[in-house]
Amino acid sequence: MKFVDEFREPGVIGKASAEIRRLADPARHYRFMEVCGGHTHAIYRFGLKDLLPSNIELVHGPGCPVCVLPMGRIDDGLSIAQDPNVIFTAFGDMMRVPGTHGSPLEHKARGMDVRIIYSPTDALKLAQKNPGRHVMFFAIGFETTAPSTALILMRAKELGLPNFSVFSNHVTIIPAIRAILDSPDMRIDAFIGPGHVSTVIGCRPYEWIAKNEGKPIVVSGFEPVDVLQSIVMLLQQLNAGEAKVENQYKRVVPWEGSRPALRAMADVFELRPYFEWRGMGFISQSALKIRDTYAQWDAEQRFQVPGVRVTDPKAAQCGEVLKGVLKPAQCKLFGTECTPERPVGALMVSSEGSCAAYFSYEHRKAAVLTSIGAPV
Amino acid sequence: MCLAIPAKVVELFPEEQNRALVEVVGVRRHIDTGLLADDPPNMGDWVLIHVGFAMSKISEEQALDQIQTLTMLGEQEAALEEVEGYGLGET
Repeated sequence: MKFVDEFREPGVIGKASAEIRRLADPARHYRFMEVCGGHTHAIYRFGLKDLLPSNIELVHGPGCPVCVLPMGRIDDGLSIAQDPNVIFTAFGDMMRVPGTHGSPLEHKARGMDVRIIYSPTDALKLAQKNPGRHVMFFAIGFETTAPSTALILMRAKELGLPNFSVFSNHVTIIPAIRAILDSPDMRIDAFIGPGHVSTVIGCRPYEWIAKNEGKPIVVSGFEPVDVLQSIVMLLQQLNAGEAKVENQYKRVVPWEGSRPALRAMADVFELRPYFEWRGMGFISQSALKIRDTYAQWDAEQRFQVPGVRVTDPKAAQCGEVLKGVLKPAQCKLFGTECTPERPVGALMVSSEGSCAAYFSYEHRKAAVLTSIGAPV
Repeated sequence: MCLAIPAKVVELFPEEQNRALVEVVGVRRHIDTGLLADDPPNMGDWVLIHVGFAMSKISEEQALDQIQTLTMLGEQEAALEEVEGYGLGET
């Protein structure tokens, strides 16, 4: 239990925070991007920003699959389920994401057969139990989730299940990081790498970030101390003039990733030539399409979809926030027209979206401090 | 979305290679172990689960630490809701 106790120990957090202050050059401004939405959530949840010196800025990355899904894809998925014979299934995270004519939950209220599932296996089971209906799984997620979708497609094929399909919106993290590094208005000094995506892909796919771009990256766990320790490791690299891939989350992430998961993904999916990311535009080879060998279970091949590109509301500045150019509260709609209850932009929908995380924790904290007359 | 939940394997099914009964945040649920095909879990092993699939094996120490993370993140209720939703145990 020592390990756990160590993480609970506030003294360790204080030490990590002091070490960060010792290592950070006061003459320099550091911009570190946490790629994963889970880290964004943890950073706000624990108020980690308050433990850092003011010259270390944490920039929230694109690693929230709900947040980066363009509205046109939601419209396409919902259009398939206009057919009363179709059951639309998706994870709970998707249910409040607005499409042009409302979210999946709003469609459900209007009579569409929309069901929340917790595992892709549930969708498969639902199809087996309802042989007279068609069950479509609206799949989202990075490499953490894509192998599970791949496995159920393999099972559907083995079973020859005729009434099941997947609408794949799976995306891959590396091209998104590349797009951020290629963006002219983006200045990032180093990356806090995603934890659970890396259990699947391992650490090797990040090597180009260090070698070719000269940026340090540390794959990190989700505890406060994990994130702080990762920042210490990034500062040590920068101070030594190094750029390496390091694994802070060794207790969970193997350097080589998960071979069975990668095999399943390679068997079922191929890279799309390009895919639109909300707020970031089209990114080449950044998403997973179902291979032709599984065409019968690919909802996009099986059904006609409008395939219309829907632009986000102009006033919403999701793209700038997603790339870290703007802070959530600097968006014109933040907290007024766009709130977690009535999200306009995708970053306000998921608790891992930087706007929703900022709204829930920073906004509330400021309100509490104001109410007790404390300086904010 | 990408958070993983630690669970302890309490029953295996020789006739169904890819299924295991696990105990997770106090409830028992069936999960799919197909992604651990190269190194299938044994009774008493701890695994990290995500959307009903075991993603990796972890040590007990790691598992307890991970449970602590979920609690600290205030995610244990969401985790419980998620695992209670797995319909895998119904058949």
